[in-house]
Amino acid sequence: MESLLQSLLGDNLLTLVLYCALPLVFLLLYALLAILGEVKISAFMQDRLGPMRTGPWGIIQPLADVLKLLQKEDITPKDADKFLFNLAPYLSFMAAYAAFAVIPFSSQYVGADLNLGAFYLLAIGSLNVAAIMMAGWASHNKYSLYGAMRSVAQIVSYEVPAAMMLVIVVLFVGSLNFQDIITAQSGPFWNWMVFGGPKADVELASGEILGASWINLIFLPLFLASFVMYYITGLAETNRTPFDIPEAESELVSGYHTEYSGMKFAMFFMSEYANMFLVSAVTAILFFGGWNSPFGVYLGDMFDAQWLVALEQFGWLVFKGLFFVFVIIWLRWTLPRLRVDQLMYMCWKVLIPFSFGIALIVGFLVVVLK
Amino acid sequence: MEMTILFYVFAALTVVSAFVVVFARSLIYSAFSLLFTFMGVAGLYVLLSADFIAVAQIMVYIGGILILLVFGVMLTRQATDVEISASTLRIVPASAIVWLTLATLILVFYRTQWTEVRVLPSIEGTTMELGELLMTTYVLPFEVAGILLLVTVMGAALIARRQEVSTDV
Repeated sequence: MESLLQSLLGDNLLTLVLYCALPLVFLLLYALLAILGEVKISAFMQDRLGPMRTGPWGIIQPLADVLKLLQKEDITPKDADKFLFNLAPYLSFMAAYAAFAVIPFSSQYVGADLNLGAFYLLAIGSLNVAAIMMAGWASHNKYSLYGAMRSVAQIVSYEVPAAMMLVIVVLFVGSLNFQDIITAQSGPFWNWMVFGGPKADVELASGEILGASWINLIFLPLFLASFVMYYITGLAETNRTPFDIPEAESELVSGYHTEYSGMKFAMFFMSEYANMFLVSAVTAILFFGGWNSPFGVYLGDMFDAQWLVALEQFGWLVFKGLFFVFVIIWLRWTLPRLRVDQLMYMCWKVLIPFSFGIALIVGFLVVVLK
Repeated sequence: MEMTILFYVFAALTVVSAFVVVFARSLIYSAFSLLFTFMGVAGLYVLLSADFIAVAQIMVYIGGILILLVFGVMLTRQATDVEISASTLRIVPASAIVWLTLATLILVFYRTQWTEVRVLPSIEGTTMELGELLMTTYVLPFEVAGILLLVTVMGAALIARRQEVSTDV
């Protein structure tokens, strides 16, 4: 992908910038789709029609929403800390976008093929916490501050089990690189982590051989449990229902972005949606084969077209990611909100002990079986 | 060339934000400015091909220490609104310490045999080597550091629980 851009535009700074901006294009399109999905899916679940007037079947509604946000007056509250108030939305989106650097969209495209991908992803998430805190404090509003406090406490707590889930997969594959984790699951869908990982030896992207056999089926219950737990922590980290305590509109207006309007609100909105896709994509990468086709074959291979294979891989990752985004939206209209103490109980007394237990068992099995 | 420019960008970010940390009149500005100092230092680590240390820096300092710091500042009501006094106290011992530190630093700077860091064509992972070293050669310091942290956590929990509150979760 990088070489393609280089051949088109030459080896200069512009190429580099364009290469880094590609996920942004995807994100903008995805956000439009997600806005439409949110209103339409919620409408169907409540036996309504949802927006029907803008365009046929209401499909241009997100565009209208974006236009509305663009035209809105940019208000900064008089008592707010102006500098931090204006900085926070950008920092928030920056943090969300920075994490996309290590998401491999296909075997040919990954922003930065870091050896430390998984570790980097965990670390960069903490930047978002700082942004939320900044927004909550700078707004000079009690609802914003409470929302920010709740949000930060929640994200910081749920980072621990999320990290353990990543460690479980990393232990099994023996690499922190997401491309390695994905290539370890290549082949038909029963090689995905959620089904116990590869059943025969595979060559990782880094060239190392990962020994595997049908014995890996004993990992199936462990990985299945860790997938469910990772998804739960993901819901909590993106502040989505049933963990939307920081935004709890019936208690806190809308949490840390109560005072934001117009484009600055849109930035927070974008970063929330970007984080939703991020969690979904990482779930797909860790447990559902990432960009691997579930059938183990690509149409592009039949026609001997490498570009088609890359496109198909992109399609599969986006499909899996969007599916998990759909489940997030689905859950929002299914489950009631948890209380703060229930949320903390869930994290510290259920998820963390179980995640440490699974990590120990997986570590033990990996050592014994190899 | 690009490396040099990037170095100066990160160095400037670190130094300027560090100045803000020290001179800002509002505690919260100091705390948030520290965020950019840590980021700049992480950038410098990357330029030194220490990728693992750079990410660990973000993880530990921004994700842990900074968040804790800002949380603490926000929870203490007065600290956010009252401006902290930046007046000078005890000039004589303070300046003695500062000048001594400066002298030591300058001495160290001139005594050290500086070796030029070769810029690697591509950043090779240092994670595996680091992990192996921590588990073999340096396993004792690693374990000792772990025990120290455990003691700290237990001590903090003990202090926080001093007044007997019996609340059932």
